[in-house]
Amino acid sequence: MFSINFVILIPFIVAALVPFLYRRYKRIHVGWFVLFVPITLFVILARLIPSVASGKTYVHTYEWIPTLDFNFTTYLDGLSMIFALLITGVGSLVILYSIFYLSAKESLQHFYCYLLLFMGAMLGVVFSDNLMVLYVFWELTSVSSFLLIAFWNHRKASRLGAQKAMLITVSGGIAMLVGFIMLHTMTGSFSIREIITTISEFTDHDLFIPAMILVLLGAFTKSAQFPFHIWLPDAMEAPTPVSAYLHSATMVKAGIYLVARFTPVFGTDELWFWVVSIVGMITLFWGSFNAVRQTDLKALLAFSTISQLGLIMSLLGLGSIALQFGYSSDSILYTQATFAALFHLINHSTFKGALFMVVGILDHELGTRDIRRLGGLMTLMPFTFTVALIGSLSMAGLPPFNGFLSKEMFFAATVHIMELDIFSLPSFGMIFPVVAWVASVFTFVYCMIIIFKAFLGKAQPEKLDKPIHEAPIGMLLAPMILAALVVGIFFFPNLLGQYILQPAMSSIYPTFGDTADLTPNISAWHGINPELLMTIGVILVGALLFKFLKLWKPIYGLFSSRYTFNALYNYVLASSVSGSNVVTNRYMNGLLRHYLMYIFLFFIVAVGGYLAYSGAFSFDMSTNAPFNVYEVCLVAIMAVAALSMLFAKSRITATLLNGVLGYSIAIFFVIFRAPDLALTQLVVESVTTALFLLAFSHLPEWKKENLPKQTKVINGIISIAVGLVVVLVGLSVMDYNQFDTISSYFENAYELAGGANIVNAILGDFRGFDTMLEVVVLFIAGLGVYSMIKLRAKKEDENIEDQ
Amino acid sequence: MKTLKINDVILRTISRIVVFIILTFGVYLFLSGHNTPGGGFIGGLVLASAIVLLYLSTDIETVKKSLPMDFKYVAALGVLLATFTGFGSILFGVPFMSQTFAYFELPIFGETELTTVTIFEAGVALAVVGVVVTIILSISEDGG
Amino acid sequence: METLIIMLIGILVAVATYLILSRNIIRIILGTAVFSHAVHLLILTMGGLKNGSVPLLKEAEAPYTDALPQALILTAIVISFAVTAFILVLAYRTYQDVGSDDLDVLRGTKDE
Repeated sequence: MFSINFVILIPFIVAALVPFLYRRYKRIHVGWFVLFVPITLFVILARLIPSVASGKTYVHTYEWIPTLDFNFTTYLDGLSMIFALLITGVGSLVILYSIFYLSAKESLQHFYCYLLLFMGAMLGVVFSDNLMVLYVFWELTSVSSFLLIAFWNHRKASRLGAQKAMLITVSGGIAMLVGFIMLHTMTGSFSIREIITTISEFTDHDLFIPAMILVLLGAFTKSAQFPFHIWLPDAMEAPTPVSAYLHSATMVKAGIYLVARFTPVFGTDELWFWVVSIVGMITLFWGSFNAVRQTDLKALLAFSTISQLGLIMSLLGLGSIALQFGYSSDSILYTQATFAALFHLINHSTFKGALFMVVGILDHELGTRDIRRLGGLMTLMPFTFTVALIGSLSMAGLPPFNGFLSKEMFFAATVHIMELDIFSLPSFGMIFPVVAWVASVFTFVYCMIIIFKAFLGKAQPEKLDKPIHEAPIGMLLAPMILAALVVGIFFFPNLLGQYILQPAMSSIYPTFGDTADLTPNISAWHGINPELLMTIGVILVGALLFKFLKLWKPIYGLFSSRYTFNALYNYVLASSVSGSNVVTNRYMNGLLRHYLMYIFLFFIVAVGGYLAYSGAFSFDMSTNAPFNVYEVCLVAIMAVAALSMLFAKSRITATLLNGVLGYSIAIFFVIFRAPDLALTQLVVESVTTALFLLAFSHLPEWKKENLPKQTKVINGIISIAVGLVVVLVGLSVMDYNQFDTISSYFENAYELAGGANIVNAILGDFRGFDTMLEVVVLFIAGLGVYSMIKLRAKKEDENIEDQ
Repeated sequence: MKTLKINDVILRTISRIVVFIILTFGVYLFLSGHNTPGGGFIGGLVLASAIVLLYLSTDIETVKKSLPMDFKYVAALGVLLATFTGFGSILFGVPFMSQTFAYFELPIFGETELTTVTIFEAGVALAVVGVVVTIILSISEDGG
Repeated sequence: METLIIMLIGILVAVATYLILSRNIIRIILGTAVFSHAVHLLILTMGGLKNGSVPLLKEAEAPYTDALPQALILTAIVISFAVTAFILVLAYRTYQDVGSDDLDVLRGTKDE
């Protein structure tokens, strides 16, 4: 019974338990309980590393909606293993960090609940083999990210940042859904593995390119690629553990996962290569260029994350070119780009996570993240400084850190791509190494900014709220582990390469056979080659640019803030709100009667009009049942009771007339062979009348309706018209004989359901789902009544949203 | 709600007996729903009306003391019960909310048919009782 | 019989519509209650009246009257009861907070 599906479900189950644990054990920080979850999952997954490395994959399916082909299928292979290890590993470190970062004054039960929700949803994204289930988990990550960004929801900036992130990522998600449906239309399957094997027949289909573009839209919005990157800096309103986890190590990598997973599907097309690589390159440059001008350390790291994600994305694009050649000793060279992408993915999570945690430590201990107020912290915060140094130098691509290794591979890939002769690369191929080099220079500059401006230089204690002191060991533990990984991966990269990266390569290149050839031997020294020269160039030029930063900083002033993408986003949002206000105010004038008249008039025109137009009215009395005198009397009683309700002078009379109607209907139910209904109607009618009378004790007696005569006439005409349409439609339907009734199926209730009462069998067994939902509706109505009565705002409480 | 002074005694005396009759009838309706008219809805409604009768003949404090449960939890329990019978069928590998039945030999009753629909209907009945009593009690507690 | 009931349903619907279009909140709620009665009758009539015997397999014999509309109406009765209770409470709470039960006075909030 144990399967990967359970691994996904465990965080959800624990998330439901967190509020109870929080209330029960008030002394212990809830984070300690939550910490067990990712650690356990990490251990479970790590035990599977050897078998996955040898090529085994794990598939398990739970049928969900078999007729629609939605199945909860999980597929553990090399690619999903990388991401799952990241999610659970970095997750445990982040939770450990958050235990010391978030004090007990925060609403911790909400925080950990959302965090576990996210963890489960993200695991669902990377393990899911069925496209629809992947979409469900994808949107769940957007929702939990929204909840986490707006965690301090009393702050307006948090709310706006969460809204922006949600709008952008969910729009991308919907585009991705349409792309998935197109894939299903083409190949007839929702399973990714099946699509990979059959897609080669459909590359000329009309829907192939649109599906590719839409899926890429989903990936680009989630991974903050240009021009959708604007949500990531605003998402920094979230608490630092959230930024370190979601917005640097896991959620933003979901788009990268999607691109990697779909490379065998779409990668053979030229458009894929250009779009992914170019967008990645632009993002790489734009992110690093903008990171240099930031004064808030967290915003700097946000733009740096955008830039690094662009790097990984462009590497995946470059690597897809290998699919053009099939498997040969030449093409292996080009698959190294993908290998570099996966390697950098892991490295980025380590050093970026460490850096985010360091910034969080600064924020927590000193009260600020502004580099204009920081400086000189090296001597008083040595451990923090060491971790920051390791992280920044690795990000800049210097030895002896893992960033150096992956940056070298990145440069190598961009240089090699120039040598190819297809896709008009001879003319345009030069841009890749050039852009990569320029962006790396800026990366070097902002890494120096982090080290020098925050830690070296002169201390400015007068600008700080709190005295400079080292962070407690609890907060330092997680970043130090990450920094140790940064150094460790530099010295033992091939452990990572062989066990974790190698099986992933076969997921991306399924037709390339033995992956042992695809995995290079990573080493720090490959001899003097273009990559090394590029790195040395980056260091020299970067150091120069950093030294003379003040001289060329004014170049940023050229970009007026009126023409940014943020301005476009705000404009679109504001104008759609005001535009819809103008349109809606035309017809929504606040008067309920007018709204009801719109509904009834539409009903009369649409239904009655169609009935007249199509001539579907038919009147056939031959199949009618016979009736007796007392039934006619009952009908007459009901008609009179209804009509008198219009003229009732007191509300109690009207209520009693309604009761007469209800009890007469109960008698009709008995006559028409429906005993269950009669019983229920009797009780419900009694309780309803009692309810009416109870409510009347709170309301004044009603007055005579003094509507102007014209309104009364119009109301009368509408009412008679509605009644007439219903009668005509009813009479026509009685004669309808196009389809056989399905009720004969239910008459086998005794064999199928073991019950002799067919109505009860329908409610409890055949249509049990509807009954369950009805019970939920009942419950909601009951809760609604309770909360309306018990929860009243006092007169002094102003509206919370106006704060 | 003002207590009626005149018919108080008659109402109280009769309701003392009638409430039990109604409760028994409600349980009978619930259990017999499978083969004769009845079921979860009508069983729950009749049980709820017994409690409403109790409230009409005495006042709200007495009802709350004699039935010290929070009826919202009763309703929530009913909803959970109804939903989890659906999940129970997933554990056995069949689609969501498949009911099953079997015949057992019980000591006193002889051969009876036991079915999972009864658990589902129990959830429905509890939910109906909880909701109706919550509504009635909330409105009456609100005072005038 | 069906034709007679359908005429009755027409009268009920007309009365209900007139009540819903009125100015007093209690009349509107009574209108919805009458409307639900009409709809329950309509669903039952659609299945054919008195077409067979009671749909209980052990108590009566084939042919049975249509059991599916009965199940639908059962659900509808219970839900309309819950909704009626909800809007009744909504009505009197509105009266307590705003001070009037006249719809011409209850014309939207300051945000509209």
